[in-house]
Amino acid sequence: MPTPVIEARSVSKYFGSVIALKDISLAVHAGEVVCLLGDNGAGKSTLIKMLSGLIRPDEGTIAVDGEPVVLRSPRDAFARGIATVYQDLAVLPQMSIARNFMLGMEPLKRVGPLAFFDETKAGEIAREELAKIGITVNHVRQKVGTMSGGERQSLAIARAEYRGARLLILDEPTSALGVNEAAIVLRHIIRARARGLAVIFITHNVHHALPIGDRFFILDRGRMAASFPQAEATEARLNNLMGGGEDFDALQRELAELAAQLKQTAARA
Amino acid sequence: MSLAHRIVERPEVGAGIGLAVVWIFFAALGGQSGFISERGIASYLDIATQVGIVSTTVTLLLIAGEFDLSIGSMIGFAGMIIALGTTQGHWPLWLALSASLAFALAYGYGVGLLVVRLGVPSFIITLAGMFLLRGATIGFSRTIAQQPYIGGVKKAIGDDPLQYLFSGDFVGSLNLSFVWWVVVVVVATVVLTKTRFGNWIYASGGSAAAARASGVPVNRVKIILFMAVAASGWLLATIEVLSLGSADSFRGDGKEFEAAITAVIGGTSLSGGVGSIVGTAIGALTLGVVRQGLFFAGVDYDWYQSVLGLMLLIAVLINHFARRNVSRS
Repeated sequence: MPTPVIEARSVSKYFGSVIALKDISLAVHAGEVVCLLGDNGAGKSTLIKMLSGLIRPDEGTIAVDGEPVVLRSPRDAFARGIATVYQDLAVLPQMSIARNFMLGMEPLKRVGPLAFFDETKAGEIAREELAKIGITVNHVRQKVGTMSGGERQSLAIARAEYRGARLLILDEPTSALGVNEAAIVLRHIIRARARGLAVIFITHNVHHALPIGDRFFILDRGRMAASFPQAEATEARLNNLMGGGEDFDALQRELAELAAQLKQTAARA
Repeated sequence: MSLAHRIVERPEVGAGIGLAVVWIFFAALGGQSGFISERGIASYLDIATQVGIVSTTVTLLLIAGEFDLSIGSMIGFAGMIIALGTTQGHWPLWLALSASLAFALAYGYGVGLLVVRLGVPSFIITLAGMFLLRGATIGFSRTIAQQPYIGGVKKAIGDDPLQYLFSGDFVGSLNLSFVWWVVVVVVATVVLTKTRFGNWIYASGGSAAAARASGVPVNRVKIILFMAVAASGWLLATIEVLSLGSADSFRGDGKEFEAAITAVIGGTSLSGGVGSIVGTAIGALTLGVVRQGLFFAGVDYDWYQSVLGLMLLIAVLINHFARRNVSRS
């Protein structure tokens, strides 16, 4: 087995007396899509923050390429090839595609002692990189706000990849999107995997996770409820684990009873 | 492209149409009394210059998502340092100007640092600065010179050649300060649209979190812009003190709002991320045309502020409906 790009080794995180994460282990290899599932409050975002350098574990270690490391900041994590794309703050809708794509690493052209932003070159790079992922744009100077939600997410992912990311952490990239839009993003994730990238895909949508995941990790109230490879994944199993299984069955019975009661009341009236 | 689209994509277009309408209106109304004469034109260019120099940097700051209410007070304070330094301290002009600029830059740095470190809205921090500086201007002036108005600057500096860099005539009735405004507008436009820093200004105001995630040093961008705003206040103060030969504790009063009005007329969004320097320049011209237009038309000056408020309201409504139309289509 090759060395994982990133590995969490028995990490725990406490906020005061609250156990946010307890004894979590997870490894992601190059060319692999790992799906991280869980309900709200399961600890998904705490784990992502830890892997992207925003917070540090209280117990356990993070290892990059097999070496234990301390990720001091998102910038530090990025220097090691770890890029996190957050759902709601991926791109700036009021800025052009070219400016968005090269934000923070704008190409410059020098005129004497002065350095100017080379917008033409930025546009060429953006057009080329977007074409690679199957998005053709008419004008790279058009505002990102004119792109669809799926295209925006794809742009953010392509940008992270262009900047040298080896591991993409995608925080709910599809949850605000419709079916067709989500498909664009999912296709892009598969292509990124084929290029050898490691991907951590965070979602609470089983339908989005099932077709693209190589491994599944399900968090529940800060603990690893289950982890298994694709061969063992079924929609029913994931759904069961996600909704808390028995809780969901109980809820279903309760709702059915309530509906029957209401029907009776309505019939009497 | 529809008109609404154009106004949203290029806010200068809408502002330009507004300026043309206002100009034609006053030319028809007050043309006989000198509105379209050379002196008339120079008079509203001069007023546009006074607000335009500071509204340019204020626009950059607005695009980056922050606001400076203390710019008007800064104009008064910076001017007072120059006047007190030359008349009471008998400093050479270069020293008075340097001291004043150094204070302005330090103030801008301090305000910027407080805003980014504390995360308190810049509105509050600079509201405090607005009162602090205004009070200090009056206080120092009265303590040192026993009056809130310091004259005799021209006598104190004599024939120092440095003053001709800031005051005097350019061509005809046009003041040299107009050239400064043009320089400030050109530099700010180039920085905003043609440099990496300009890209960072838009990004910082569009979404500070997204900009940070892309490696943009948002805090540094904002601090530099607070310093630029203070420096532009110093420039205007220098021009005024050297042209008039005096400093007044109340100078610059209301400029913070005029700067915001011209920026909004020019299509800059108060919520950050959107704006144009040329738009603001058109806004400043509009303000000058209206103020002098009322004068030449023989309308009492009392009505000026109401007209300004009305213009702001119209600009806001046009932008609002244009954006709504575009987002629907």
